[in-house]
Amino acid sequence: MSLRQGSMRYPYFPGCTLKAKARGFETSAVASAGALGVHLDEMENWQCCGATFPLQADNSFPLVSPARTLASARKMGERLVTLCSACYNVLKRTNHVLRTDVGRRDKVNAFIEEDYAGDLEVMHFLEVLRDDVGFDALARSVKTSLGGLAVAPYYGCLLLRPNDELGFDDPEAPHILEDFLSALGCQVVDHPYKIECCGSYVALEPGDLASGPSRMVVESARSRGAQAIVTSCPLCQYNLDVAQQGAHGREQAGVPVIYFTQLLAIALGLPEDVLGFEGHVISPGPLLRCVGVVGSDAIA
Amino acid sequence: MRLARDVVRGEEERKLRDISGEEVRSCYQCGKCSAGCAMTSMMDLLPHQVIRLVQLGQVEEALASRTIWLCASCLACSARCPRGVSLPNVMESLRVTMLRPGGRHIDPARLPADVLENAPEQALVAGLRKYS
Repeated sequence: MSLRQGSMRYPYFPGCTLKAKARGFETSAVASAGALGVHLDEMENWQCCGATFPLQADNSFPLVSPARTLASARKMGERLVTLCSACYNVLKRTNHVLRTDVGRRDKVNAFIEEDYAGDLEVMHFLEVLRDDVGFDALARSVKTSLGGLAVAPYYGCLLLRPNDELGFDDPEAPHILEDFLSALGCQVVDHPYKIECCGSYVALEPGDLASGPSRMVVESARSRGAQAIVTSCPLCQYNLDVAQQGAHGREQAGVPVIYFTQLLAIALGLPEDVLGFEGHVISPGPLLRCVGVVGSDAIA
Repeated sequence: MRLARDVVRGEEERKLRDISGEEVRSCYQCGKCSAGCAMTSMMDLLPHQVIRLVQLGQVEEALASRTIWLCASCLACSARCPRGVSLPNVMESLRVTMLRPGGRHIDPARLPADVLENAPEQALVAGLRKYS
């Protein structure tokens, strides 16, 4: 498929965080998709996916909420697009259980009074960009040169593992974010911590425990020259951002951690009000003004 | 440590297996899980040591470890395990052994104000599901 074939429509699941703390992720994604001829059609009837996939073999109850969403999405079409890495992980893994485990499928279906067979394709927006828009077509759509901005991709865990259920990319050497960044004209900064865990929900433990692993990730990118880090996970964004709070001296500026869609919106020349950088600890504003890719002082 | 048959093949280990769906006896203690774990610098026991305790029926000792609450379920270990053991499932079975009777590792009412104010909803929902 190419851009010239007109508008592509997808049922879209936003998830809770994109309607609250990570609004900029959604506004930049929806606007960018529109500019590329992709319509993300938000589901009318969605509920929280649960934010973490349950790892208990004897308890199917945590599958109920994502299963309701999947059954509802199936009535809209054969595919469902997500943006948040956690929603992607939970919905796709739940779908896998419902598709392959008849016992658990029957139990969950009986509870939600549906007859859903797991026959939906759960996709991440990056896959839409790669497979349906195409990175070549994306490169031709770039309006604002990112001028070789040095950007480190950060996958974390939720996009990649478990690979036998997600099949998103090479689980040890992924490259979809690298290919995406290259299409936007960025200089890709490879680094060894790009698939390591940021600490995830351990952020709730007293004592700032998630900042250890997060600092390792940031340092791995910064020491190789990254000016920014891109992610598709609101919790990675938060952990990597907060880990830099007060940790950098005057000589060493923090590395902004931004959603890949925010960079996409900039490259597509979209208005700055869709970027939504409010709430970022390390403001990307100074960097982006410095390299001349955004003009306004209005960006926080 | 008492290693009698009724301890090593005891009820506690069987309960954990029912919850996790994992066969910990498959583990041959190569340590690859611990080598790749992002959280080990804060752990009192390494992940493969927790598995060893469960193998030997020493469930109380495993339950007392900080490690089970520091596992972030990132699955780096299970992705690399040569024996196909999903350690995060085992860690979850230990956590829920504490939580199902009504225990709480973190009380939502006691979360610091800055975390409540700034953490993404995803962190609160995921964290409170793992910790309470």
